[in-house]
Amino acid sequence: MADAHSPLAQFEIKTLLPLHPGGIDVSFTNASLIMAVVVGLVTIFIVAGMSKATIVPGRFQGMVEFFYEFIANLLKENTGPKGKAFFPLVFSLFMFILGCNLIGLFGAITVTSHIVVTFALAFMVISVVTVVGFVKHGTHYFSYFAPAGAPMWLMPLMIPLEIISYLIRPISLSVRLFANMVAGHVMLGVLGTFVVGLGGLFFALGAIPLAAIPLIFALEVLVALLQAYVFAILTCIYLNDAIHLAH
Amino acid sequence: MELEAAKMIGAGIAALALGGAGIGLGTLFGSYMEGAFRNPEAQSKLKVNPMLAFALIEATGLFGFVIAMIILFG
Repeated sequence: MADAHSPLAQFEIKTLLPLHPGGIDVSFTNASLIMAVVVGLVTIFIVAGMSKATIVPGRFQGMVEFFYEFIANLLKENTGPKGKAFFPLVFSLFMFILGCNLIGLFGAITVTSHIVVTFALAFMVISVVTVVGFVKHGTHYFSYFAPAGAPMWLMPLMIPLEIISYLIRPISLSVRLFANMVAGHVMLGVLGTFVVGLGGLFFALGAIPLAAIPLIFALEVLVALLQAYVFAILTCIYLNDAIHLAH
Repeated sequence: MELEAAKMIGAGIAALALGGAGIGLGTLFGSYMEGAFRNPEAQSKLKVNPMLAFALIEATGLFGFVIAMIILFG
């Protein structure tokens, strides 16, 4: 689909270690490699930061505690005390997505710019939310689709709408992250081709997109942080819906 | 009309969704600035929510971008 100079060429998945057990393609690709690297880096960051834990944190420990407290507060504000059990889920999701987004900006393939990765994450979140809802409330969880306080004659309209909005959640959650990552990297790629295209004949003109690249890059770092944050906060909000069944 | 040309036009029209995101971001940051100028002490407290809304609004526009990509390359 993409030749070497297309702005989409950067998302190409290359097989590093072909594996075909029983005709199913489970090859180890560059995306798998980067995901493993991200998990390793996050683990090293947290384990090394907390290895010599002191009551008054140093710089490194302070960094780890900053992330911990950030997610803990997010969960407390949005889900309440009952959400504490889901801290490991939200924290791992946040750190993994943040790591993937940031490592993608520094040369590696952006794993989160593949819909298969983001959809798997979003589908897992919605599965957990649904299971939690049914475990906590049993079949009473179906009342989630019939908002309390709405007049009876509106129900034929409200119930299908609620069901659609519930089922669309994994799609919107995954496409939000995927589209932001793809759009940012395509924009950087297109600006790069502008610089090369204008560089020879109109050198002064080529400086304009060249100057724009650091600004767009800074915006992309912001977007990488924000999208990980948005994914975490929406996970908290969905968990809150399932735990408290409040509408 | 040739199919290829129609595809290009369709992708261009789908990209119009980003205009809506632009309007939304303008409203968002306009309101944020207004609130911040009226009550400068509250400015630091008001910083997080606009960022969250920024990400959500931008994503809405980017759904259009995804449609354009699907038309062009899907």
